[in-house]
Amino acid sequence: MSQPSISKSMTSGESGLAVVFAVTAFLCVIASAKALDAPFAFHAALSAAASLAAVFVIINRYFERPAALPPAEINGRPNYNMGPIKFSAFMAMFWGIAGFLVGLIIASQLAWPALNFDLPWTSFGRLRPLHTSAVIFAFGGNVLIATSFYVVQKSCRARLAGDLAPWFVVVGYNFFILIAGTGYLLGVTQSKEYAEPEWYADLWLTIVWVVYLLVFLATIFKRKEPHIFVANWFYLAFIVTIAVLHLGNNPALPVSVFGSKSYIAWGGIQDAMFQWWYGHNAVGFFLTAGFLAIMYYFIPKRAERPIYSYRLSIIHFWALIFLYIWAGPHHLHYTALPDWTQTLGMTFSIMLWMPSWGGMINGLMTLSGAWDKLRTDPVLRMLVVSVAFYGMSTFEGPMMSIKVVNSLSHYTDWTIGHVHSGALGWVGFVSFGALYCLVPWAWNRKGLYSLKLVNWHFWVATLGIVLYISAMWVSGILQGLMWRAYTSLGFLEYSFIETVEAMHPFYIIRAAGGGLFLIGALIMAYNLWMTVRVGEQEVQMPVALQPAE
Amino acid sequence: MKAILTVHNLASDLVTTIWTPVFVAIFLAIIAYAFWPRNKAVFDKAAHLPLREE
Repeated sequence: MSQPSISKSMTSGESGLAVVFAVTAFLCVIASAKALDAPFAFHAALSAAASLAAVFVIINRYFERPAALPPAEINGRPNYNMGPIKFSAFMAMFWGIAGFLVGLIIASQLAWPALNFDLPWTSFGRLRPLHTSAVIFAFGGNVLIATSFYVVQKSCRARLAGDLAPWFVVVGYNFFILIAGTGYLLGVTQSKEYAEPEWYADLWLTIVWVVYLLVFLATIFKRKEPHIFVANWFYLAFIVTIAVLHLGNNPALPVSVFGSKSYIAWGGIQDAMFQWWYGHNAVGFFLTAGFLAIMYYFIPKRAERPIYSYRLSIIHFWALIFLYIWAGPHHLHYTALPDWTQTLGMTFSIMLWMPSWGGMINGLMTLSGAWDKLRTDPVLRMLVVSVAFYGMSTFEGPMMSIKVVNSLSHYTDWTIGHVHSGALGWVGFVSFGALYCLVPWAWNRKGLYSLKLVNWHFWVATLGIVLYISAMWVSGILQGLMWRAYTSLGFLEYSFIETVEAMHPFYIIRAAGGGLFLIGALIMAYNLWMTVRVGEQEVQMPVALQPAE
Repeated sequence: MKAILTVHNLASDLVTTIWTPVFVAIFLAIIAYAFWPRNKAVFDKAAHLPLREE
């Protein structure tokens, strides 16, 4: 194919971004020199190094590339951009294993406190946010970015918008994770659950996230497919709402622009309400809407069956959007939050049963006519079991939001069990299933290296989840009952340390379950690695042989 | 300043009073859109979208 000769020059994006990063590097060096605390100096230095690396990579990429940018179409077929997807998929697996490992460490610390090692950096208080952020934002976030970039291209039949922008999103997001994670270990936190990163990390994430939204929207705008597929609606709701939540929950004023510490604009119960409006909608729009997008694309595709009811998917989407945003106050039952607000949160949580189960039914019924594939395809089995866990945990959640149930369950391990049935069973399994599909597609392989290993992963991880959640149910209810037990004279029957002692065997079972889940992920990483290394190339049909549409 | 506050109060009263029926109406319109017979063909085609590979 002969390309018309074009004189090669930098695009405005390349030169602009190179200049911006060069200036950023300079500013970060100054910030590092004037820093008021050591972690801030470290982060500023890290940012300076990363900015310089970015300048080098952008210029190097320019010299390496041909004069013309990759075309949007080749021979009338979309020229899909897989590079950023591969990067995110790789990072998802990396952070997944790191996050599960840290989870296993802190689970073991609860069973054997000596594993704290009496060091500040390895204490439970610092490792716990490292675990939650690594699994939710690093693992889950990279899965969502990778799959959203894949699905939006395929379902719009258009190449991903932008040249450097998609790379800015995937690399920039992972740099945010690095800053957040190292910050936790060094004691940098604004002490808001799931929103621990300090002001400078928050600002960086805002920039990355806006670019993510723009890349996604621009790809939709140039679509060849007239209809916007339902998965794209879910991804868009996820991206937009996370932006709103992030801005709403983080209006903090730094003590100094050269220090890591900041103070939030409001205090007291207003801050608590904002925090759990954020916290619960992070569950609703990050861990639910985004992964439902995966369900609506990957399950039909893997099962080779159409979506059971497209109408239901539309109603599912809008019902979820209208209801989720009000459910946050159920995290603050029996607190200083006004009673009516608590009841409102509870009511909306219970109403969420309907869209949640509607979505679950839609996902499961998509298998009609293909149920036999569950026997032979462990990847599909993983996806379907994830939807079953989605149904289970979205039944349990509204139940726990009922105030009388919550008076028993709140602050106990039951909550931890509930969260993990959603996180390991739903988010974990749907992500694993999606990655098992995505890696062969993105790397152009005929199939996975070994379905047998997927089967091992499935059963080892499922056993792990069952051990984890049943241990936490028993432990949580036991804990709740012990806390509220009174003697005939009206004294508390158990001292707090007695309830802690009673948890011990369940903490060991929970750690064992988490260990099995980690082993499953290691099996997966090996399988995906071998798929990329030695997997057979998919033979591309010559375009000329394609029948005309 | 007082005028601004009055306008603000009026606006917020209006919004807090009417948002429930407005949201309900929007939601009902969405249900109507989903079940509108003429849209069926588009939705049936869209349900197959992940299966049409390029």
